[in-house]
Amino acid sequence: MATEDVKLIGSWASVYVMRARIALHLKSISYEFLQETFGSKSELLLKSNPVHKKMPVLIHADKPVCESNIIVQYIDEAWNSSGPSILPSHPYDRAIARFWAAYIDDQWFISLRSILTAQGEEEKKAAIAQVEERTELLEKAFNDCSKGKPFFNGDHIGYLDIALGSFLGWWRVVELDANHKFLDETKTPSLAKWAERFCDDPTVKPIMPEITKLAEFARKLFPKPQA
Amino acid sequence: MAERSNSEEVKLLGMWASPFSRRIEIALTLKGVSYEFLEQDITNKSSLLLQLNPVNKMIPVLVHNGKPISESLVILEYIDETWRDNPILPQDPYERTMARFWSKFVDEQIYVTAMKVVGKTGKERDAVVEATRDLLMFLEKELVGKDFLGGKSLGFVDIVATLVAFWLMRTEEIVGVKVVPVEKFPEIHRWVKNLLGNDVIKKCIPPEDEHLKYIRARMEKLNIKSA
Repeated sequence: MATEDVKLIGSWASVYVMRARIALHLKSISYEFLQETFGSKSELLLKSNPVHKKMPVLIHADKPVCESNIIVQYIDEAWNSSGPSILPSHPYDRAIARFWAAYIDDQWFISLRSILTAQGEEEKKAAIAQVEERTELLEKAFNDCSKGKPFFNGDHIGYLDIALGSFLGWWRVVELDANHKFLDETKTPSLAKWAERFCDDPTVKPIMPEITKLAEFARKLFPKPQA
Repeated sequence: MAERSNSEEVKLLGMWASPFSRRIEIALTLKGVSYEFLEQDITNKSSLLLQLNPVNKMIPVLVHNGKPISESLVILEYIDETWRDNPILPQDPYERTMARFWSKFVDEQIYVTAMKVVGKTGKERDAVVEATRDLLMFLEKELVGKDFLGGKSLGFVDIVATLVAFWLMRTEEIVGVKVVPVEKFPEIHRWVKNLLGNDVIKKCIPPEDEHLKYIRARMEKLNIKSA
């Protein structure tokens, strides 16, 4: 399995691509990283993901897998005999991890993103308040899932850590842009410590983008209207 | 033999006309799991529902031995992992991945797009219908040469896509807009006939007359004009 042809179509800045990369690193899988050029979509991407035309796409022995959380689960199942388990072993814990991962994408991220796209101060304030509220739920989820251990998944990084942790770079960029701290020792003590541990993890450190580089990229993606 | 050790107490908080609730009933019935169904009034949410799903406050919620699980796709995976008779997800990791991909596609793309018809008329409505058809074409292609989306027998994606077969297509009758005409979608029509040949499906989908009445009333409430 280890020598099978594995390619990943993605970009250094994408949260979703990062999820796939962390999973591949956790399982010590070598892969060819095919970086897309900002502003255009490669032939290979369009051919491999005709439905959504989006990255990441994992191509394993010529078979494409799309959607970041689905890719992470595929990596866990296809390489189930190597490396740590990415999903928890008990069905109930798996259900809880999947629930929160869906929440993060469907609700939490939507409110985070709306801070960057907010028109005017009122909209921004409302978006910030919503992120605060939703982050509080994640703080509680962390305490419930981790049961005193360092990660959502317990002793090692797992599915839910990857789902939220991949956002940490962008989250920091949003904090700087909004001049508002979401992750801190008083409001979200557990998540604040977890975030540090996550970013320091050897599977994450080499691929977490530099904040300044990301902030510069954010300015390209979300240009501010001229005053 | 039924897995008695796992089937002690199963409750389902659901709603008779909801495709998300009915899919859980299909899965439980396919696996021979007895459950207590607790019909919920979603316009006046019970304290039980709010207690068991405080985050999203929505049905369905499966409660197994007192522990709640929310989000229908998460529940379906939990059911498959807990009661191993009659598996609904394939064994092969790649096929499982494709099942997850298509299920997400039905819920996040087809359903979300089709729902945009609410309150729209004329050209706007036509655009939604066109967009929905484009998405349904992917399912149409998936069905070529297959009896079910799961292959030879009913599987995960079929269960999820009952939303298309018995909700989207029943709604057509009421609003008088043929979103899925047989000339354009012969495979989907053939698949619906195959579904109706399955006893569990027949048993678990809402009875047609009552369901059509319900849809009509709902469309009127949402102000969706009939042709």
